[in-house]
Amino acid sequence: MEITSPRFKQNAREALADPQLQKAMGNVRSGFIDKRQAAVEALPEFDALRDNARAIKDHALSNLDLYLEAYEAKVRAAGGFVHWAETAEDARTVILDICRAAGARTVTKGKSMITEEIGLNEFFEKNGVKPVETDLGEYIIQLRGEHPSHIIAPAVHLNKEQVEADFRRVHDHLPASRDLSEPEALLGEARRVLRAAYFDADVGITGANFLVAETGSSIIVTNEGNGDLTQILPKVHIVLASLEKIVPTLEDAAQILRVLARSATGQDMSVYTTVSTGPRRLDDPDGPEEYHVVLLDNGRSSMLGTEFQDMLRCIRCGACMNHCPVYHEIGGHAYGWVYPGPMGAVLTPALIGVDKAGHLPNASTFCGRCEAVCPMRIPLPKMMRHWREREFERGLNPATARGGLKLWAFFAKRPWLYRLTTSMAIPVLSLFGGRKGRFRFLPLAGGWTRHRDLPAPESRTFMQQWRGREALKQETGGKQGAAR
Amino acid sequence: MNDQTPFRPRVGLFVTCLVDLFRPTIGFAAVKLIEEAGCTVEVPSAQTCCGQPAYNSGDRADTKAIAKNTIQAFEEYDYIVAPSGSCAGMLKKHYPALFKGDAKWEARATDFAGKVHELVSFLVDVRGMQSVAARFDGQVTYHDSCSGLRELGVRAQPRALLSTVEGLKLKELKEADVCCGFGGTFCVKYPDISNGIVEKKTERIEETGAATLLAGDLGCLMNMAGKLKREGSAVETRHVAEVLAGMTDGPPIGGRG
Repeated sequence: MEITSPRFKQNAREALADPQLQKAMGNVRSGFIDKRQAAVEALPEFDALRDNARAIKDHALSNLDLYLEAYEAKVRAAGGFVHWAETAEDARTVILDICRAAGARTVTKGKSMITEEIGLNEFFEKNGVKPVETDLGEYIIQLRGEHPSHIIAPAVHLNKEQVEADFRRVHDHLPASRDLSEPEALLGEARRVLRAAYFDADVGITGANFLVAETGSSIIVTNEGNGDLTQILPKVHIVLASLEKIVPTLEDAAQILRVLARSATGQDMSVYTTVSTGPRRLDDPDGPEEYHVVLLDNGRSSMLGTEFQDMLRCIRCGACMNHCPVYHEIGGHAYGWVYPGPMGAVLTPALIGVDKAGHLPNASTFCGRCEAVCPMRIPLPKMMRHWREREFERGLNPATARGGLKLWAFFAKRPWLYRLTTSMAIPVLSLFGGRKGRFRFLPLAGGWTRHRDLPAPESRTFMQQWRGREALKQETGGKQGAAR
Repeated sequence: MNDQTPFRPRVGLFVTCLVDLFRPTIGFAAVKLIEEAGCTVEVPSAQTCCGQPAYNSGDRADTKAIAKNTIQAFEEYDYIVAPSGSCAGMLKKHYPALFKGDAKWEARATDFAGKVHELVSFLVDVRGMQSVAARFDGQVTYHDSCSGLRELGVRAQPRALLSTVEGLKLKELKEADVCCGFGGTFCVKYPDISNGIVEKKTERIEETGAATLLAGDLGCLMNMAGKLKREGSAVETRHVAEVLAGMTDGPPIGGRG
């Protein structure tokens, strides 16, 4: 997909001016947060589970090669294939080869952010394969030619009325008089349309929430059951997963599942938790004939051993963006690539380069709410700051900002000069503030005064007044509070 | 409070750059409260800013230089107190991280950080202050600034002391724990997003019906006061220390009217 992260500011302005988006974002603020809170409060050991989940992932990441090799051996033993893909292009190529070998014309897809990351749908279409998204949200945005704006709720930027209009436009074989005013009606219609696609598909592609080294299994969690139909009905099942999805054992996966849905949607568990291990065996009632796993690196292994390694603990619950005031304002598309919100602000620069994604780690107030709710205790603000350091080192931030910062730092490092300068400037500024005590406009402060008044300094600086008070105290024999 | 005890700890007041430049009243209110909590207050003149603008812009070298100045100026005191959760958080949480692995400075930064406190949590948690002798007539609402809340656990302390102010009634703010959109340089780097966030905050503030908005960080207060004024709101904005110290005779932040 096209990367628009360099145009982040413009994207954000457009998003702020989009009434449909602003209405839809209200649902994020009210929906996810309260539900997560209720789920967390109902589970007193939630914080202990977070610690446990973090420890499991940290251990897996420290021994990544070991567990990936063990996983590969188990997949092979179960009759499946493992394909290592270093880059997005490698992954696309291997997937297309599998599809071609299966003579596939239609491919059903479960929800997968990794397929977004490698731009699989566009690639399929260019190569004569028809991808059909089966997750309701993904299906909707596919109809619209859009990309997900949220990692677990891809169509969260849309309102019901927009979806209804899309269904009427695309499902034109259905009577125009039908009632689609209720969400259930939209869901039912999508389900009926998609049902046929499941049976037409030659290949089903899913992502994975976990890869289990112990058993060679992949695990997906869904709420619609679409993932199951995607991976069971076609002849070939392809799992596309990034390599940090690995956990050592099924028990480990179960431990992390306890924090995943609670953090994401406030559910105790997602409706479906599906474990798949290899192709259909002789006595299995159903399942694919072929089972492939494509293991994608795409820059992740270069995060190992750096200050960004903790990001690889991410389990893609979306809690960080659900709680992010910046995401609430601008939605996911403004971030300009696959991963939005705080996790995107850390991950995107690692995957597409900080030169392209530099705005993302900067567009944070560092309010810390993302870290406070992250089930994997990923220090997101700290890592955004590390990206800012990389940008600063490479001189990637705007010259005006750098110049301003350097000038300010020059004074801030020299207290006497700072004192001298501020004690001259502040009383003047205070005077200009006048009786109102604030500015509606101030040269060089346009970023502030575009939207708000700037409170004027009260009078002289605190330090000036304090020195005066101390001097007076000396003169009057040190009686406390004499100058107050 | 502890007037009978012979030992009066020496507190170095970290004024914070915004208080120094824009609202000295908060500094004097802090001095009064710390003295009432049985301490002597000194104000080292070698202080400027905690370094957050550089730190959060990725400029570690300047941040370290500023941090070293600050540590040197303050490490002799029993406590270092700042009327800001954000600056206190910088001194307490981020200085040690900044010097991690630095043989000379890591231990110094850690010792220093151990003595740093945000003003209101210092009064309540360290000095055991349970009440203040202040009066403020009317309804107030309180915004929990992010760093104080999430880095330092400042939440109950200001509410506890505010409940002892005569004539004051606290109306809780919905989403009091949500950022006001200030974010230091964020608010001028991304003014439109910042504006969207603070607009929601002022809506919540107006909903409470309170006549006065309080918080513990001048940056957030200037942001919210500036927006309230631009919207023509009658809500007045003050630092919580001004109310706790009974120093509310002067105009509120952003002026009257």
